[in-house]
Amino acid sequence: MSRRVMLVEDEPNITEAIRFLLIRDGWEVETHADGTDAVEVISSAKPDLVILDVMLPGKSGMEILTDLRARDDLKGLPVLMLTARGQSRDRDMAEKAGVSRFMTKPFSNSEVLTAVRDLHAQATQT
Amino acid sequence: MASLNVLVLVCLGYVALLFLVAFAADRLAATGRSTWLRSPLVYTLSLSIYCTAWTFYGAVGYAARSGLEFVTIYVGPTLVMIGWWWGLRKLVRVGRSQRVTSIADLISSRYGKSNTLAICVTILAVISVTPYIALQLQSITLSFSIFAEADPNNSYNEIASVFWVAAGLAVFAILFGTRNLDANERHHGVVTAVAIEAVVKLVALLAVGIFVVWGVAGGVGQTMARIDASEIGQWNIDRGRWATITFLAAAAFVCLPRMFQVMVVENDDERHLRTAAWAFPLYLLLMSLFVVPIAVVGLDLMPEGANPDLFVLTVPLSQGQQGLAMLSFLGGFSSATSMVIVAAMALSTMVSNHIVMPIWLSSRGTGASVSGDVRSIVLLSRRVSIAAIMALGYFYYRLSGGGAALAAIGLIAFAGIAQILPALVGGLFWRGATRTGALAGLTVGFVLWLYTLLLPGIGGEAMPANVMASGPFGLSWLRPQALFGIDGLDPMVHSVMWSLSLNAAAFCVVSLFGFPSPIERLQAAQFVNVFEHSAGPRGWVGSVAQSEDLMIMSQRILGAREAQVFFHAEAQRQGARGYLPEPTPKFLERLERELAGSVGAATAHAMIGQIVGGSSVSVEDLLAVADESAQLLEYSSRLEAKSDELGRTAHQLREANEKLTQISLQKDNFLSQVSHELRTPMTSIRAFSEILRDTEGLEPEEQTRYATIIHDEALRLTRLLDDLLDLSVLENGQVNLNMGEGLLTEVLDRAVSTAMTGASRDMRILRHVSDERIPVHSDLDRLTQVFINLIANARKYCDANTPELSIRVHEVGGKVVVDMVDNGSGIPRDSRKLVFEKFARVSAERAGGAGLGLAICREIMQRLGGDITYLNGHQGAAFRVSFPSGYQLAAQ
Amino acid sequence: MSAEPDNDPSQVPHPPVFLERQGYRRRRLMDAARVLPLIGAGLFAVPLLWPGVGETEAPYSLSSAIIYIFGVWAGLIILAAVFGYGARRLGRSSDVPGPEPR
Repeated sequence: MSRRVMLVEDEPNITEAIRFLLIRDGWEVETHADGTDAVEVISSAKPDLVILDVMLPGKSGMEILTDLRARDDLKGLPVLMLTARGQSRDRDMAEKAGVSRFMTKPFSNSEVLTAVRDLHAQATQT
Repeated sequence: MASLNVLVLVCLGYVALLFLVAFAADRLAATGRSTWLRSPLVYTLSLSIYCTAWTFYGAVGYAARSGLEFVTIYVGPTLVMIGWWWGLRKLVRVGRSQRVTSIADLISSRYGKSNTLAICVTILAVISVTPYIALQLQSITLSFSIFAEADPNNSYNEIASVFWVAAGLAVFAILFGTRNLDANERHHGVVTAVAIEAVVKLVALLAVGIFVVWGVAGGVGQTMARIDASEIGQWNIDRGRWATITFLAAAAFVCLPRMFQVMVVENDDERHLRTAAWAFPLYLLLMSLFVVPIAVVGLDLMPEGANPDLFVLTVPLSQGQQGLAMLSFLGGFSSATSMVIVAAMALSTMVSNHIVMPIWLSSRGTGASVSGDVRSIVLLSRRVSIAAIMALGYFYYRLSGGGAALAAIGLIAFAGIAQILPALVGGLFWRGATRTGALAGLTVGFVLWLYTLLLPGIGGEAMPANVMASGPFGLSWLRPQALFGIDGLDPMVHSVMWSLSLNAAAFCVVSLFGFPSPIERLQAAQFVNVFEHSAGPRGWVGSVAQSEDLMIMSQRILGAREAQVFFHAEAQRQGARGYLPEPTPKFLERLERELAGSVGAATAHAMIGQIVGGSSVSVEDLLAVADESAQLLEYSSRLEAKSDELGRTAHQLREANEKLTQISLQKDNFLSQVSHELRTPMTSIRAFSEILRDTEGLEPEEQTRYATIIHDEALRLTRLLDDLLDLSVLENGQVNLNMGEGLLTEVLDRAVSTAMTGASRDMRILRHVSDERIPVHSDLDRLTQVFINLIANARKYCDANTPELSIRVHEVGGKVVVDMVDNGSGIPRDSRKLVFEKFARVSAERAGGAGLGLAICREIMQRLGGDITYLNGHQGAAFRVSFPSGYQLAAQ
Repeated sequence: MSAEPDNDPSQVPHPPVFLERQGYRRRRLMDAARVLPLIGAGLFAVPLLWPGVGETEAPYSLSSAIIYIFGVWAGLIILAAVFGYGARRLGRSSDVPGPEPR
């Protein structure tokens, strides 16, 4: 059973922190820092799970999510969304767009790990 | 022979009787039971004041001297009365509808209520009538002297008797003429007394005539024979005088102030004219009927040199008819007294209304409505005027010394008063007659009359003999009695011809070339077309008049009770419940006429005008109307300007609203931004601190690295907070400037080196260092901060392949200008307005900053007395920083 | 108190052009009354034509002059009275404009 996570995040320090956590937990982590070609990168890498930042250069996380859900092959891909804006409006938008889990920065490391594990478990059960 | 004392007693008794009659008539009139007082008969008899003592005594003398010429004096009025439909009817209607108080008032009213004209007519009337009054005094004195001659204990003093006669008449006139200020200016008491006197004088003259014809001459046939045999027994008249005097008498009959008083002012009912039209000529005929017989018999009976003027008295006396003589004396006395009383009343009305009141009103300055009892002032001024006029008559008599010169004065007075005729007739029948025309005519006529008739005629040295003989300054064509070389005419004919014809000519010519004021034209239409609109518009457009003010003023003039009754009636007429009517135009018009009855049309108009606010139509008003329309135009253009302004304001409001919406959007965005900018470093800090805490067996390098990250992110947080604080301090104006001196080039050096350290991209900076050597007195650190910001922005946002920033410096009039232009694509036009707003971010791209940089720059530059603007017209982003270079920098 | 009716000039009816007989008569009477003073003036001017003393052998005697003048005078008075009464009698029952009743 593969445990591959795609992390789309432009802030290098945060990317490093999450990578460190997930690798320690036994995940295979790929990272990408640009929103413009994120959908293609995800589509070709076919990860088991995506962690997506909202404020990305080129294309926002919301748009990327909408695009992902519009594609048949990526429709059911679990997406954990992280945002630093933390407004309820963003949460609503994200849920409408079909997010699997929505989290506000700053987060606790254990929360992120739990969320990733849960989402992966749900995805493999179905 | 009746003693002088008896005579005086009879006179006093007679006057007392008249007084009683007049008093009773006034009372009767006041109670409204005076229908017979208003009969055509009384009206006709009152007209008989035309027949004065000059008629009563003088006609016989005139006949004794010039035969039948005397009838012309009565034929003229006869023709006027018979032709009443032509002229008198209109005159009376105008007089009644306009409530005129005198001939002067009528003329003034017709010509735009001009008081100048009223004053002219008044002066003319006073000058003409004063000698006439003197003549009456003379006749009474002479008749006294006839009785005095026969008085055994002769203590007769002519001067004293004239004085007492004048004083007595003045008292009588004051008592009756000015007892009250009747709104109609009608004096029933006086009119009734005059009517009785008319009967007395007619009866007296008829009695003497009958006595002479049947008692002395022995019947009509014998009398006729005697007439033919007398020295005046053959037809011998001066044709010029016959025609002239007929005309003159007709004119004077209309123009004489006392005739106007009884005929127009005292007229109760226009239809009385219809009766008077034949009854008054009949009266005149009866008065003239026995003149020639008495004259002829007198010439026969009386000794050579006897005064024919007194035949009426001396013939009965010589025949021993004491009673008849006494009756005759009373007839003469009646003629004189009635004339003097009415004339004095009429003149005093004119003098007081047109001379005294206007002067008094203007001397008060504040106007009629403010204070003082106008009513008592009017009465007082009239009383004083009467006294003054009688005094004038008295002194004139004393100065002229009586005698023959005075006897001729009757016709001279006629000629003087007839000068009003052109203005009067023109005013009634010709709408084109103007005020200036009337003034010109009156002046010309008056001067010529004075020069050709009055001054040569009154005797004494009034007209120097050499002027009479060879003209003034030797100009013979200006000789008073032979103007323009026309010699040989009778002086009377000569004077009347010249004065009246030139008067009429001046009147017509000046009227033709003049242009009347609107109120004149209004009045002209009112007068000329009086039958079409007897109660037509007269110009009050009452609107803001305070009824109360009007009431107060009216009370002062009409008397409290009369005014209240009038106002109450008016209120009822309007259907109002209270005592104060609305100031409608009709009410104002009636009130003005009511007041005009007391103080004259011009004064009443002025008084109401003062209260209502001068809303009669005048040139000034028309100008005001014109002004008003001009103001309207101006107002509308102001409105237009205002609506433009409103449009601009609305536009500005829309802009402001747009900006506010944008700012509010920005604020939301910024909050997200701030949230993001704060949370991002905090996320890293939290994540790595948890890693450090929870992870066991971390490599020492890893520990150091993660601690460094935490440290950097903490610094980043601090920077952000510093920026926010900086901006807030700058905005609140609490910043402390740290002023210092230095060269601009050093400031730029520092800024460039700071901004370019750690740059991931290289950017070329183009500078002209030689231009930058400008000494600057400013807060150099703040200035550096601004430049750093701009350079850093260019570094971050310039999207050219090989980014370049050009810094150009120049100094203009004590101002340093620094332009920073890059070669990128610049800031989109839509965003230019916003770049200096707080929290603005030109694009969604993240650029590390919170969008506070330019806002801080602008705040700093404003603190330094300068500015920072975006320069349009450049391809790339272009900012201009300007600030004063000098040392007079305004520090906060 | 003002005695005139408050008639607006525009409301005053114009006198009719054609009148019934009585009104017509009254008008002609007024015409005659209007001519009367002119006739009188003419008659009173007649003495101007008479030759005076020194202009003729036999000047008019004063008595005949008196008779002429007073005769004319009396005639005028009588005519004026007749016209006045005639106008009043005819006017009473007609609506011809004249001095309005009060």
